Amino acid sequence: MRITRALGAALLALGLAAGPAAADSSPSPGASADGDAPTQAGTSFRTATEIEQGQRATASGSTGDYLYWSFPADTGQRPTVKATVKLPATHGAETWQLDVYDGLRRRQACQYGAQTRTAAQGAASVELACVMRTVRGWSEPWADDPLPGTYYVRLTVVDLGAADLGQPVRAEVRVDAKDIGGAEAVDGSLGKPLVPGIAAKSARDEDGSKDAVLSSFGQDDGWSSGWWSDRWVWTGIGGVLAALAGIGGYALTRGSGRPSRVPPNV
Amino acid sequence: MIRRQRLAAGVGALLAALTAGLACPAGAVADETEQAAPKVELVLDVSGSMRARDIDGGTRMAAAKQAFNEVLDATPEEVQLGIRTLGANYRGNDRKEGCKDTELLYPVGPLNRTDAKTAVATLAPTGWTPIGPALLKAADDLDGGSGTRRIVLISDGEDTCQPLDPCEVAREIAAKGIGLTIDTLGLVPDAKTRDQLSCIADATGGTYTDVRHKDELSDRVGQLVERAADPVVTPVATEGADRCEKAPALTSGLYTDRVEFGQQRWYKVDVKPGQELRASVSVADDRAVNPNYGVLLRAVTVHGREIVRGEAAGTGRTDVISTGLRYPKRDSDDDEAPAETVCLQVTSSFSAAAGVKTTPGLPLELTVDVVDGPSGHHDVAAFGLGRGWWLLGLLVLIGFLAGLLWGWLSRWRVAVWRTN
Repeated sequence: MRITRALGAALLALGLAAGPAAADSSPSPGASADGDAPTQAGTSFRTATEIEQGQRATASGSTGDYLYWSFPADTGQRPTVKATVKLPATHGAETWQLDVYDGLRRRQACQYGAQTRTAAQGAASVELACVMRTVRGWSEPWADDPLPGTYYVRLTVVDLGAADLGQPVRAEVRVDAKDIGGAEAVDGSLGKPLVPGIAAKSARDEDGSKDAVLSSFGQDDGWSSGWWSDRWVWTGIGGVLAALAGIGGYALTRGSGRPSRVPPNV
Repeated sequence: MIRRQRLAAGVGALLAALTAGLACPAGAVADETEQAAPKVELVLDVSGSMRARDIDGGTRMAAAKQAFNEVLDATPEEVQLGIRTLGANYRGNDRKEGCKDTELLYPVGPLNRTDAKTAVATLAPTGWTPIGPALLKAADDLDGGSGTRRIVLISDGEDTCQPLDPCEVAREIAAKGIGLTIDTLGLVPDAKTRDQLSCIADATGGTYTDVRHKDELSDRVGQLVERAADPVVTPVATEGADRCEKAPALTSGLYTDRVEFGQQRWYKVDVKPGQELRASVSVADDRAVNPNYGVLLRAVTVHGREIVRGEAAGTGRTDVISTGLRYPKRDSDDDEAPAETVCLQVTSSFSAAAGVKTTPGLPLELTVDVVDGPSGHHDVAAFGLGRGWWLLGLLVLIGFLAGLLWGWLSRWRVAVWRTN
């Protein structure tokens, strides 16, 4: 009896400890140091500069440039893209916009955040933000829900006076993700993450040559595999608790010590 | 002794084989990089107006020379750099002659910094501004190879050689499908120059920068040259048909095409059962277009039934409008099941602004990925897993009741056994 109880307690402790840890460790392909953050941006989907989550990428450009970055996002994450543009000393009113596209170059909606903002005449900087929807493991092909894979960020000025074109600006972009976990989990998964050029990439990996790729976020770089979900933790802890409750219930019926009706020497 | 000699010979042979083995692929690789080396041509306006002293107190020419020197020092090893001038030689007033005045100052190739710098130092502001002809020549200079190609045009005035509109020239160059980008820099430009240079940049997906200070110039040119060194996937040129039967069959890869206003383009892709087709398309507006536009990508069966579509619409200033679609084909029990031909139809609703030429068509970029679909089902809930506090409560309750029941049952059994 004592052994089972001890075992139960140990299992519970193990479950509690492993649970959140395992839930947290749902692999995020991002999270790296700020040290070697990119200092330039691409100018098209094809040339987008790759950044990791948590990195602060900077770039210098000209007003009117279309600046592109790309980052990976995995199932259960809710990415937030933030951008700051430092404007030249003198300029007229200009409107800046931050757009997020998924690996299929479909425009992604922002739940909230100032995606478009107009900087008043002479303003020193403009700040933009986009809180995306939670990345799901799977969705119908007819929906454009965010799926694990590459995401593109495009930063540009959408409305400006002719005289402001080509002025030097500095942009700063940072992507952070909040782990939403099972609360918005859906079942199912993709065969491969939505990384553009992934079919060509795996073919190329086989013959061993190294070449330019559309997006280097690979299929083995820690994407969640689809079988993992925090349901394992919930169900596991539930099972352990049920076992403990069972032991408790059983113990209740036995009372403490020997039943009075049972004669001694049995 | 003999054994030792044999060992030494063996090691020698092994080493020789290794070096031979290493040498061969290394040679092949070097050859390949030669082919794929990024090429950049700096096109500098050396017209009379470059004499103006309005960049940080110096002449525009002095600023350009200094910037070139800095850029030449910082050019990455793998970049093949060339320099072309326009308006450097002809001093006369004959427009016809002046508009032919463009010279390849330093040929595109591996960079010899001293030679290039000496060549730049000899320049003196002289003649006309034949931007159009210079761009055409520059595009020819960059011909060949499979690497990225970039022209960096530095000018301080608009083209003086109409009617050849440099903007049209740039679009024609881009339409050749050789993946050439033209970036333009305007030195203290007026409104007209700015319009023209930004038009040239837009036509080829390049950038336009307005330069008023010396360090801005060298920073920007340096940045553009460095950008050329980044390896980029070169798209394959293809030509879509006007209906599915005649459409080109594509496999996974990146493609470019040109789509005229109001035209539809068809492509087809084979998808085996259990595979997933992913296609995305972007149509760039390389000229002035009306501010409301859209793009539609449809996946259609050969019989004309629509499977899935991607659509996007937008308004205002943009470089591209893009959309994509995904079509996972259901796995089949029959291993011999044939691949399905999926037709992809692309239409865009860009419309040319008044007075803008509609040919050549708009640049279109298509990515096709045929990947393996999910194998089996990964539905975690199908394992009987659940989540949430209600689940925990229920499990605890059931466990407790089961324990209670078991306890009572065993007591009852003991009691029955006792009485018997």
